[in-house]
Amino acid sequence: MSADAAIAVRGLNKSIGALHAVRDVSIEVRRGQICGFLGPNGSGKTTTIRLLCGLLTPDSGDGHCLGFDILRQSAAIKREVGYMTQRFSFYEDLSIRENLRFVARMYGVPRPNRVVNEALERLGLTKRQKQLAGTLSGGWKQRMALAACILHQPQLLLLDEPTAGVDPKARREFWDQIHLLAGEGLTVLVSTHYMDEAERCNTIAYLDTGRLLAFGSVADIIHTSGLTTWHVDAPDPIALATELRRQPGIAMVAAFGNTLHVSGPDAAALNAALAPYRRDSSLRWTESNPSLEDAFISLMERNRATGSVAA
Amino acid sequence: MNRSTFLKRFTAILAKEFVQMRRDRLTFAMMIGVPIMQLILFGYAINSDPRALPTAVVAAEATPFSRSLVASLEHSGYFRIDPTAYTASQAREKLARGELMFIVTIPSDFTRTLERGERPALLVEADATDPGATGGALAAVVQAANTALAHDLTGPLARLAPGQDPFEVRVHRLYNPEGVTQYNIVPGLIGLILTMTMVMMTSLAMTRERERGTFENLLAMPVRPMEVMFGKIVPYIFVGLVQVAVILVVGRYLFGVPLVGSLTMLSGILVIFIAANLTIGFTFSTIAKNQLQAMQMTFFFFLPSILLSGFMFPFRGMPGWAQAIGEIFPLTHFLRIVRGVMLKGSTWAEVQPEVWPLLAFMGVAMMVAMARYRRTLD
Repeated sequence: MSADAAIAVRGLNKSIGALHAVRDVSIEVRRGQICGFLGPNGSGKTTTIRLLCGLLTPDSGDGHCLGFDILRQSAAIKREVGYMTQRFSFYEDLSIRENLRFVARMYGVPRPNRVVNEALERLGLTKRQKQLAGTLSGGWKQRMALAACILHQPQLLLLDEPTAGVDPKARREFWDQIHLLAGEGLTVLVSTHYMDEAERCNTIAYLDTGRLLAFGSVADIIHTSGLTTWHVDAPDPIALATELRRQPGIAMVAAFGNTLHVSGPDAAALNAALAPYRRDSSLRWTESNPSLEDAFISLMERNRATGSVAA
Repeated sequence: MNRSTFLKRFTAILAKEFVQMRRDRLTFAMMIGVPIMQLILFGYAINSDPRALPTAVVAAEATPFSRSLVASLEHSGYFRIDPTAYTASQAREKLARGELMFIVTIPSDFTRTLERGERPALLVEADATDPGATGGALAAVVQAANTALAHDLTGPLARLAPGQDPFEVRVHRLYNPEGVTQYNIVPGLIGLILTMTMVMMTSLAMTRERERGTFENLLAMPVRPMEVMFGKIVPYIFVGLVQVAVILVVGRYLFGVPLVGSLTMLSGILVIFIAANLTIGFTFSTIAKNQLQAMQMTFFFFLPSILLSGFMFPFRGMPGWAQAIGEIFPLTHFLRIVRGVMLKGSTWAEVQPEVWPLLAFMGVAMMVAMARYRRTLD
């Protein structure tokens, strides 16, 4: 376990009711890094984040968060962590300023007024500071939540789907802020469903059914998936896709307008399956790199196939 | 719309309602529990013509007459005679504390005066703060005394028995001589209103955070349960005191309800009583899953509070088991305090035995709340 790790946990397990929500998850994130948390709905992202900040106690496993033991020092962790919940969790009947002041005082921030003013300024909320939080649109709510998370100058930000349902411009601005914060030395762990956001992270953790399937950079993940991908422009992509899906050796066919992305885990088998279609002059084939999305879906399907065998 | 679509949709909603009802066990338990509780309380505990009221007989000397008077008072069913031999001042103190409701004083020369045919006076002092509680018993006193006499006036004294009553029963209605109902109701209302509003407000405290999703955020912050509890409770102490001020002013100017005792002392005790109610409300809010459940728990607490505390029905008129349950509720003790201070001018020494149960109740409720308060989402 390296000394400069902001998060270093091993073998985390957590069951919620009958559901084994997190299974043997081990993660290590260096300080100042942005780590993306990806996975389908219900894959255990939120549960893992809650385990990291002490909102849930793991059934087994151990580790450190900012050098504090996650089992015994959750109070200390809470002081150093900014946690942004998936659902907006500030007081809708308080104004932006009142919410921020409340948070600042809860963390015992010295000179709360000045700190609140700085946070408002930083996120462009100064003009709206008197507006009630309940009347804000999604994008502004997320900004306010981010402002509240950084008031106490945390060392680690845990952001749970911060940009869900936020428009592209607001999303872009939100990520610019995250990069600025990471540049200042904050470690950021952010869960998302957006591939473009995943690609903006230093490392990615990919979870499914509570298991950590892949962990590393975008290139690492694509490499782990072992996929070979071809793109094809077709006059009738729907019919072609239906036909291709029946072929052995082809694991995935996804339509993007008139282009199909065709992938398989075994390059030789894929090429053999595609050989007859390559000769069709109405189709234009280009070899390509698999996208992160292709990699994720492939990892997920393989996990589910083996998972069901194991079960 | 034809009949078959009506039936389909109607039964769809019907089925959905039953499923939801089954999921919310507490509501279902309440629907069964409340009628059972009301039946038992109204059927067994509550008595609007209360009997077996605690009574002391202060007799300067043990004469055959005093013995048969005690016997016939008990026989009437309205009085339960305390066997302790109290002095007049001891008995008055007990009356002020509400432990006794009647003192029957037989003057030292009662028998001799009676024998001389001079119509001696039998003094009956009643705690009339609740006119409803004492009415029936006072009507029975004369009857009981006459019965005792008829039994004793035999032989040479038999000539005294017929005709006009050979003695006089002098009734003193203490603390509320005119028997004004409002004197009893208005102080009681202070306790009732505080119980209802205070428990309800704080019972929503944590459940509202949970329902609005703000609870997760609160948990993620470095805040201790005690800090949350005090922060949630203290604002309502002020709300409660404002309510009290309104009731006191209205009671004084509209109904002329007196405030004989110390307002400062009453205010101090009010803070304790309000805090006790707020604490139990907070405890409910740590147990309830949502705001509806919190409201139901409040109601479940409130109902026996009004029925068993002596607010609606005389406390001393209830059977022992009901009084024992009644002693649990803060309202019971507070009613004794507030009626004592406002109507009897009770001092600290007289009310303090009722203050400790309030503090004990608050302490237990706090411990339960702290034990139930979750620092995690587990």
